[in-house]
Amino acid sequence: MTSPAAQGRGAERRRALGARFVFLGPGLFYVTVFMAIPLLLVLSYAFLKRGRFGGVKMEFTLDNFHRVIESVYVSVIGNSILIAAITTVLALLIGYPTAYAIARLPRKWRNLALVLVVLPFWTNFLIRTYAWILLLNSEGPLNKGLMAVGILHEPLDLLYTRGAVVAGLLYAYLPLMILPIYASVERLDNSLIEAATNLGASRARAFFTVTLPLTLPGTMIGAIFVFVPSLGNFIVPELLGGGKTVMIGNLIRDQFLKARDWPFGAVLALIMVALLILLFAGQAAISRRINGRGRHA
Amino acid sequence: MNNTLLSIAGVSKTFGDVTALDDVSIDIRENEFFALLGPSGCGKTTLLRVLAGFEVPDMGSVNLAGQNLLSLPPNKRPINLMFQSYALFPHMSVEKNVAYGLQRESLGKDEIRTRVAEVLATVGLTDKASRRPAQLSGGQRQRVALARAIVKRPRLLLLDEPLSALDRKVRAEMQLELKRLQHEVGITFVVVTHDQDEAMSMADRIAVMSEGVVKQVASPVDLYSRPENLFVADFIGSSNAFHGVASADGVHVDGLGLLPGTVGASSAEATLIIRPEDIRLVEQSQAALTGSVVDTQFTGGSSTIALSIAGHAAPVLVTCQGSSNVTRGESVHLAWDASRTIKLPK
Repeated sequence: MTSPAAQGRGAERRRALGARFVFLGPGLFYVTVFMAIPLLLVLSYAFLKRGRFGGVKMEFTLDNFHRVIESVYVSVIGNSILIAAITTVLALLIGYPTAYAIARLPRKWRNLALVLVVLPFWTNFLIRTYAWILLLNSEGPLNKGLMAVGILHEPLDLLYTRGAVVAGLLYAYLPLMILPIYASVERLDNSLIEAATNLGASRARAFFTVTLPLTLPGTMIGAIFVFVPSLGNFIVPELLGGGKTVMIGNLIRDQFLKARDWPFGAVLALIMVALLILLFAGQAAISRRINGRGRHA
Repeated sequence: MNNTLLSIAGVSKTFGDVTALDDVSIDIRENEFFALLGPSGCGKTTLLRVLAGFEVPDMGSVNLAGQNLLSLPPNKRPINLMFQSYALFPHMSVEKNVAYGLQRESLGKDEIRTRVAEVLATVGLTDKASRRPAQLSGGQRQRVALARAIVKRPRLLLLDEPLSALDRKVRAEMQLELKRLQHEVGITFVVVTHDQDEAMSMADRIAVMSEGVVKQVASPVDLYSRPENLFVADFIGSSNAFHGVASADGVHVDGLGLLPGTVGASSAEATLIIRPEDIRLVEQSQAALTGSVVDTQFTGGSSTIALSIAGHAAPVLVTCQGSSNVTRGESVHLAWDASRTIKLPK
């Protein structure tokens, strides 16, 4: 019935589809097996009763969700969000100027600067966090140094505070803020800034009306990249917070490994996944507004 | 009408060891449509950026209506620039793009709205006011860029390769529209272009630039009929150049003999320029040169014949009305009116 030409087009389309699967295949396989299936498991656990020694009993319940609104858990979640938010704001205040300055460096210096930014990632995260313990210790170089120059007379309690947790998280995730902002500043067409200047805008005005809005999508990606892992981190609160600062990450780990309440741990984990989806949806909506219809950040 | 608006005097600029502008002096008159023409890398864009304030010249002065332009920061100059890439703000609607410059002047909301509406009507984009640049065609974007630049009513409007991003057909339309607009708004236009057809058809006067040097400033007709040097003669239109020794009534070329040309100084090295349309095909008895046909091109109203002449390296071009009645390999005889030729030193 169909013409030979249409058949040819059909075959071509099938071939194109085939090619797409060849390229997408490995990634698709990985995401399905190691992401989607575990996530579905976590989702299903959330609606089941806990087993006595971990695991689940195959009985449907919504009790796990009710427990989340108990005040002790609400305060842990609130505390986590607060610490992650403070970390994100500080990372933003430090990261944006840094990224902007790197993007404005002569081309040959830019790569070196970026390597320096990601250099800490080449060392184990745990070891770097232990280094902070030494640094913030009452016998550590920071306290000793401040006492030696006479600013302090007795050591400050720097370690095992909320501030130490923020400092550790900030240190850990700052590069994740810098890189996406760098990418968006570097991609920004300089003639747009010149156009703003030519139309009478001062440098500051050009920055706030052109540079900042156009780098906002990248900046929001950076903020999400810092906020989400800060929220879920359990190593830093444990090592630098000394167990006094409990964050949602610690809670989740404890539900699975200590309390052996897998369903409740699953609910807490899902809350984080939901938050992540919400944040990315918000980012996508705003960057679509900025870039106009049909274009992405 | 002949008041000088912009006076560029002795402006030089080097980038590292590249000389972008070498002692450039140009006077641009009020309400003039002026073109800076030259091949890429000739310094015309650098000159434009000096005027806009994005580059600071090493030497020289620029005066706009008696005011020292170089002492003003770029955002305080009464000059607007239409960027080659248009540089429209992608996160703002057409209306906001156009209003941007007016908002910087702290004008009232109502006045801004009226002037934006006016200028959008002038460029015919009233119905596209709420669109984003990404939703417009190339020609429409160009008109937004133009509207954004003229809404500030600058003393001088700079246009950097305004038509290069457009396809052929839209380009011809926009040439006419730019010209019309220039008359309508009464702003002095300075256009940078590498396209001589564009410069010739739009500009009142043209500065031809090469390697940072202004080669000649003249009207399009004068540039074509009275080029002052070989660069201009070669760059503007097509021409046949014969290099030899000047004599009283022409140029003596080795191997070709005396070619009739304008009367002038003798016994110096000179080049005789003959435009293709000034050469006629004649009987052997009247011929100044004889060559054989290499190729003919029919371009509608006229034809161009390429000839090879023994002893002359470059093909000689002859333009004649209608179709040519010659065939490839045929031997033809050429003559021209000596007074129509151009004799240039060296």
